[in-house]
Amino acid sequence: MPFVTANTQRGPYDVIIVGSGAGGGQAAYTLCMEGVRVLMLEAGRQYTPAHETPMFQTPDMAPLAGASTPDKNKGFYDATIDGGWDVPGEPYVSVPDKWGGNFTWWRARMLGGRTNHWGRISLRNGPYDFKPRSRDGLGFDWPISYDDVAPYYDKVELLIGVYGGETSLENTPAGPGGTLLPPPKPIVSDHLLMHRAPPLGIPVLPGRRAVLTRAQDHRTIPGKLHPGNARAQKILAEAMRKRSPCLWATPCGRGCAVAANYQSTTVHLPPALATGNLDIITNAMVYEVTVGKNGRANGVRFVDATTGRHEHATARVVVLGASACESARILLNSKSGQFPNGLGNSSGLVGRYVLDTVGSSVSAQIPLLENLPPLNDDAADGLQVYVPWWLYKEQLAHKLPFPRGYHIEYGGGKQMPSIGTFGGLEWLTGGSYGKKFKEDARRYYGSFVYFDGRGAMVPNDNCYVDIDPKVKDRFGIPVLRFHWQWGDYEQRQAVHMQETFGQIAQAMGGRLQSPVITDPVKAIAPGGYMIHEVGGTIMGASARSSVTNGWSQTWDVPNVFVADGGVFPYNADKNPTLTIMALAWRMSDHILDRMKRREI
Amino acid sequence: MTDRRTTIKLIIAAASVMPAMRARATYKLEPGASAPGPLREFEPTMHGYGPDPDLIKAYEKGAFWPLTLAAKQRQLATSLSDLIIPADEHSPSASAVGVVDFIDEWISAPYPQQREDRETVLKGFAWLDAEAQRRTEARARSEQSFAELPEAQQRAICDRICNVSRASVDLQQPAQFFATYRNLTAAGFYTTLAGRKDLKYIGNVALTHFDGPPVELLERLGLA
Repeated sequence: MPFVTANTQRGPYDVIIVGSGAGGGQAAYTLCMEGVRVLMLEAGRQYTPAHETPMFQTPDMAPLAGASTPDKNKGFYDATIDGGWDVPGEPYVSVPDKWGGNFTWWRARMLGGRTNHWGRISLRNGPYDFKPRSRDGLGFDWPISYDDVAPYYDKVELLIGVYGGETSLENTPAGPGGTLLPPPKPIVSDHLLMHRAPPLGIPVLPGRRAVLTRAQDHRTIPGKLHPGNARAQKILAEAMRKRSPCLWATPCGRGCAVAANYQSTTVHLPPALATGNLDIITNAMVYEVTVGKNGRANGVRFVDATTGRHEHATARVVVLGASACESARILLNSKSGQFPNGLGNSSGLVGRYVLDTVGSSVSAQIPLLENLPPLNDDAADGLQVYVPWWLYKEQLAHKLPFPRGYHIEYGGGKQMPSIGTFGGLEWLTGGSYGKKFKEDARRYYGSFVYFDGRGAMVPNDNCYVDIDPKVKDRFGIPVLRFHWQWGDYEQRQAVHMQETFGQIAQAMGGRLQSPVITDPVKAIAPGGYMIHEVGGTIMGASARSSVTNGWSQTWDVPNVFVADGGVFPYNADKNPTLTIMALAWRMSDHILDRMKRREI
Repeated sequence: MTDRRTTIKLIIAAASVMPAMRARATYKLEPGASAPGPLREFEPTMHGYGPDPDLIKAYEKGAFWPLTLAAKQRQLATSLSDLIIPADEHSPSASAVGVVDFIDEWISAPYPQQREDRETVLKGFAWLDAEAQRRTEARARSEQSFAELPEAQQRAICDRICNVSRASVDLQQPAQFFATYRNLTAAGFYTTLAGRKDLKYIGNVALTHFDGPPVELLERLGLA
């Protein structure tokens, strides 16, 4: 199992991949399966979900009953290691927006990155999402279309295992059929949404998440994904057999010891390592892409965090998959005589047009859901159903004050009682304590539902990262400075979310603790909060208007590619990760093609 | 302008008052290595369980930082938690399932939220004891604690502070305390096995398939 160190590297390597998350993991998988020698550099430590995931641990086994703290921002049992909103010793700077708000940046420092803790929600971009400007004149078109990416969505869904329904709606492609696993059965609160939302004109579809609801078909999928490559088929079949279907029990955000959900550490890296073509150095903080006299990249510089030494690794091709803003940071810090403003930055657009997802939430108490009999509502940890955006036609006819839409993530049911479950209930109980409080707890337990909007953002000039002129992290690397300001479009969209959630809750006979938020500044979650930051190395049709081309290749340096969400010139109302993987696979096929022809 | 010897003494003195800080590696530049800037020593600001704790182990209260409630405070905590969550036919009282230890761990924790709650809770304890003394005859007053009051008198005090939105202006702070303390008691109680049993929670068990709710229930609710 080649985890190597700076001293025990086994070069020469064909490709260096920076980052081991969704993009880096997918690129390593695709390249290694085709015989390419890859060196992967991961800033965090090695991490093994099989041994380290707290599957059935209950809150009482954790300090503070698992409460969120500055050390573990999403709770004690969240999979994120050495990170969260702050990474020890690795600050970033945020310039407050005009309302005093700040961008917050979530990072993990671990093998597999943020794929260990993510929500596993796997939605395809639709055709409109690749050509938004052509449709309504706003933002930027991608230089590629849904048809270019669709075959890769198929492949990724087959490889990683995604559950979902087969119904397509406007700009909500389900795929060709045959790539998805069956969705989980809805729970009682889901049925309530399925009954009460459609009469309001709001559709409800099965959710789509990267969780195995049954064993993967290891007999036929490897042949579909690697035609003509018997060795790859054998390796993938073996890897698929090792993954267990979901145990219908534990939160995905903890990771999964039985590999029932997708994380790079359990799905992409094991088969890639099994090829013998992948070496990984962990605790390797890459800060610069180095360039030779011929104007081509020849490697990367990194700090070995265990020794403090600065090291250099070399390869024919460099792939940056450090996450959108981190990859932009590496490029901006890669200054040289040839690239005084940073590598790949002749357009001046590295770091520009950072995007996040519009977010807003409402929770409601539903009397109909009180005093239900005992029920196991765990399913596959949420999103048995969801609501895709439904007002495309109204928007195109300018009937709404914002141009792009959102989907609704919805939850409820008798979840594992946690520290917040019975806090702040005075608005329902009148302040009961004693025997009455216990009765109230039993009554209201499981009767809450949650609506979370996740919406598209139009790129704007106020949202970008650059390098702070003064602050350096503990390695001495200059840090990012975030500039962020939501546009009017996004804020109005968030108000629409609030109003919609209020309507649906009312249709459910529900009660809200306080009125929905109609102030656009207050309705929208802060920038970075959704942890979907993309852009910063956007792809486009020309070197003047973008950083990367349709193959995720930087215009300036033909052997430097970006595998993470940095290439997105638009953040649609579909969570980015599935698209990151599809693009990384497509990029990797292109790299293979160019390498075979010795063009890089 | 201090001389070099004094400066070194000051640095050593400063270092010696920070024994609780866990050391992190100090990195030195290798000679000749190119670097974007000099390395700084990183000092942690948290004294809690850190950003990479073992998630598999079950932890005793007091595993990461010492518990700090004094005996008399634990008495009050026990009395108040059991007033909020008493034993009934479904489940034990809060103190019987370790809620006082949970609350002690919470208000002894080094993180900012818990430090804020510590102040709230200890002030609230002091207020309750002061109320108890106020309601007691002069000769026994200074020894009277809330914990030793008869339950009816404890309720008389708590009934006035159990709902922030109905509490009078002068009782807003004690009402905020009571809300915080009730939240903590509920948090400690319902995260235990006894609490989960009280609620008839049946999740967190490995299943080979997930069936969803029975059709009869959906029909009864009009959702079939």
